[in-house]
Amino acid sequence: MKLKLKLPNPGLDERIPSHAELEKLELEEAGERPQWDNKAQYMLTCVGFCVGLGNVWRFPYLCQSHGGGAFMIPFLILLVLEGIPLLHLEFAIGQRLRKGSVGVWRSINPYLVGVGIASMLVSFMVGMYYNTIIAWVLWYFFNSFQDPLPWSQCPVNENRTGFVSECEDSSPVDYFWYRKTLNTTPVIEDSGGLQWWIVLCLFCAWTLLWVCCLRGIETTGKAVYVTSTLPYLVLTIFLIRGLTLKGSVSGIKFLFTPDLDELLNPSTWLDAGAQVFYSFSLAFGGLISFSSYNSVHNNCEQDAVIISIINGLTSIYAAIVIYSIIGFRATERFDDCLNGNILTLMNTFDLPEGNITESNYDGFLQHLNSTVPAVFQDLQLKTCDIQTLLSEGVEGTGLAFIVFTEAITKMPISPLWSVLFFIMLFCLGLSTMFGNIEGVVVPLQDLNLLPKKWPKEVFTGLTCVVSFVTALVFVQSSGNYWLALFDGFAGSIPLLVIALCEIIAVVYVYGIDRFNNDLQFMVGHKPNIFWQVTWRFLSPIILLVILIFYFVTTVSKQLTYNVWDPDSDNFPTLKEVNYPSWISGIIFILAGIPSLSIPGVAIIRALWKHCSKDKEKNDERSISGKEASLNTIA
Amino acid sequence: MLAGVLLLIFLPPLVAKDLCKDSQDGFKVRLSIKTGLGDDAYEWNESEMFLFRSTLAYAMRKHSNQDTYTIDNILVCNDTQRVSFVFVVTSTDDPDQLIPKEQVELAVRQNKHRINNAFLLSDMTLEFMGIPPTLSAPIIYDTEPWLIVFGVVIGAVAVGIVALLMSTVSKKRRAKEKAAGLSEEDEGIVKENGTALSSLGRKEGVYNQAFSNDDRFTKL
Repeated sequence: MKLKLKLPNPGLDERIPSHAELEKLELEEAGERPQWDNKAQYMLTCVGFCVGLGNVWRFPYLCQSHGGGAFMIPFLILLVLEGIPLLHLEFAIGQRLRKGSVGVWRSINPYLVGVGIASMLVSFMVGMYYNTIIAWVLWYFFNSFQDPLPWSQCPVNENRTGFVSECEDSSPVDYFWYRKTLNTTPVIEDSGGLQWWIVLCLFCAWTLLWVCCLRGIETTGKAVYVTSTLPYLVLTIFLIRGLTLKGSVSGIKFLFTPDLDELLNPSTWLDAGAQVFYSFSLAFGGLISFSSYNSVHNNCEQDAVIISIINGLTSIYAAIVIYSIIGFRATERFDDCLNGNILTLMNTFDLPEGNITESNYDGFLQHLNSTVPAVFQDLQLKTCDIQTLLSEGVEGTGLAFIVFTEAITKMPISPLWSVLFFIMLFCLGLSTMFGNIEGVVVPLQDLNLLPKKWPKEVFTGLTCVVSFVTALVFVQSSGNYWLALFDGFAGSIPLLVIALCEIIAVVYVYGIDRFNNDLQFMVGHKPNIFWQVTWRFLSPIILLVILIFYFVTTVSKQLTYNVWDPDSDNFPTLKEVNYPSWISGIIFILAGIPSLSIPGVAIIRALWKHCSKDKEKNDERSISGKEASLNTIA
Repeated sequence: MLAGVLLLIFLPPLVAKDLCKDSQDGFKVRLSIKTGLGDDAYEWNESEMFLFRSTLAYAMRKHSNQDTYTIDNILVCNDTQRVSFVFVVTSTDDPDQLIPKEQVELAVRQNKHRINNAFLLSDMTLEFMGIPPTLSAPIIYDTEPWLIVFGVVIGAVAVGIVALLMSTVSKKRRAKEKAAGLSEEDEGIVKENGTALSSLGRKEGVYNQAFSNDDRFTKL
């Protein structure tokens, strides 16, 4: 079915290699473009890029908070309708045009270079804060080589009569995270200076990244054999360990208990769509780059489907592992709470030990309430409810650095589990960073901003150094708040805008008919009706809906953030504070500049062309004038 | 006479009870044996109480450096089923005089470790109400363990960077030498006839761009 709606795009054939040229390139393996050593490297790199920290600490939270097993329905539907088509699109266009993100959009239409530049900016900003999270992971990893773990007990105060008060009021894991790691200030304006230990870890993270990306895919291709496979091994080890712990099965049951009413809530579908989109690392430009190193006849359709399935299954697998450990932790907390109450009762009423057990606890409470209600009220026993403890859903850094670390301290041989866990997080993060670096370095090369004869090592090194220096903003005491800001604004709306522009550009500017022919040339058959429907209508519409809702909710909600303030009333609960007024400027820079660079670059180019055309006309007139005068003279 | 004798016999315990019950210098003690030891828990009986009194006498001896404290100096009352009771310490010189609270507290704090071990319990399971436990000193390392691991990782990374950069440099040098060598060979091929080409095993020769179908550059 030929599409009648197609935007005019003169000169397209001159900008892109034809099918015949591609065949020639294929046969003689000419060109300085790097290549994958084998298909496994390519698949592992893409899987590593897609599978990241979000699969471990965002998806389980979403799953549990949006109705457990019922969340699978919107997630899988949107995976098929949104994730797979967009992934296939990026793979195919990269493989066909054999360039990085800037090169691809420039080939399609020079006015679309803004899309590539936006991808580069977003990759740079996201890479900056993502690697800071990896620096935190490294800090915890370095600290895991001691027994007892430093976050298992509170530090003692000066006269050794008790624990440090900040720790006493909250918990050892909270104290270690907020005080010993971040040394966080109560407000974002309080910069608090650089924390030298995190600077060292950040330096370590960037140099490790540089060593793996030194020569582009030549080095990353070797690194991914470890970084992409190790997380699965560790997840399996944790699953086996988790299932042998008390209470783990209740956690898994809680995760998957379906609440079908949640399907009627639009925010469930929105969150599912957003999760699918961000989970696939689309619109960063890295996937387009990686595909461009493939051979022309690589079956990108099959790759897209396989990687999508792997990504989806990894999310579900990680959720099972995480919730088995959370179930264990909730059960331990419940037991502690109950035992604490029983001890209080025994101490108050001087009863022998063993009189009150978990089984007769409730009966005993009732008995006491009826006989001595006054004393009973005074006791102020804590309510212990396992459901509340299980639904203390945490996501993000809170899950990894607070909840999970606490669970690890309760396991035997804690340092071993801690080391394994943080190695897994490190590998997950590092393999995603490879894609980010690719999304920054290749556009830099394509834009010809720096001399071409500089070797690739210099490009990657320069990117790492500049990112390290700018990421020092996250190493201050208030760094955690800056990171949350970046995560909320730089890594959300711009990506949706870029992806929408990408799909419209390929389908309506490049032309879906030409694209179908390309796929026939590359893969051997035209994409079937599923791809046609999703590329032309469904995926752009879903993206547009998610973008509009995201935009509306972001703009309408009050700009607040949560702080750790030991002096607040509700300590240790995080306090909600308003952002200062100048934050709007920062938000505009983060979200606005990448999004606006898409039309911005097009306008600048149009103006430049207009000016140069005028100049040409003037030059022609002056030349013809001179010729005329020459003729008259002759 | 008999009444006098009876009074003398029963007075000390009665007086002792009064000393213990009403005094301000007493401490309440609470043991949680089952919580601390689980299945290995022992029964609390008179012998265990005897052990407790003797360990306290020991603590007083060590604290005051007087070897005169005996088990009779430790008086116990308010024994409950919880296994909690109150004790006071009488002075060695005068059985009606009690040792002040602060002294007893110091004695207990100095020797808590020994008292705990005598009962196989800990600060959590053998509580002296009002005496805060002396927490163990934090472990002070010469070098923090995390710095050691950091040093190892950074060292490995530095070695990796140097190795990769050296290999790039040596590769480039080898490529330059090869190019210089090949250019000499090239002249040789041109001078000789076709057989040299085939002996090299190349495919179809060199792709000559001058004859390509590229009309990209020739549009008027």
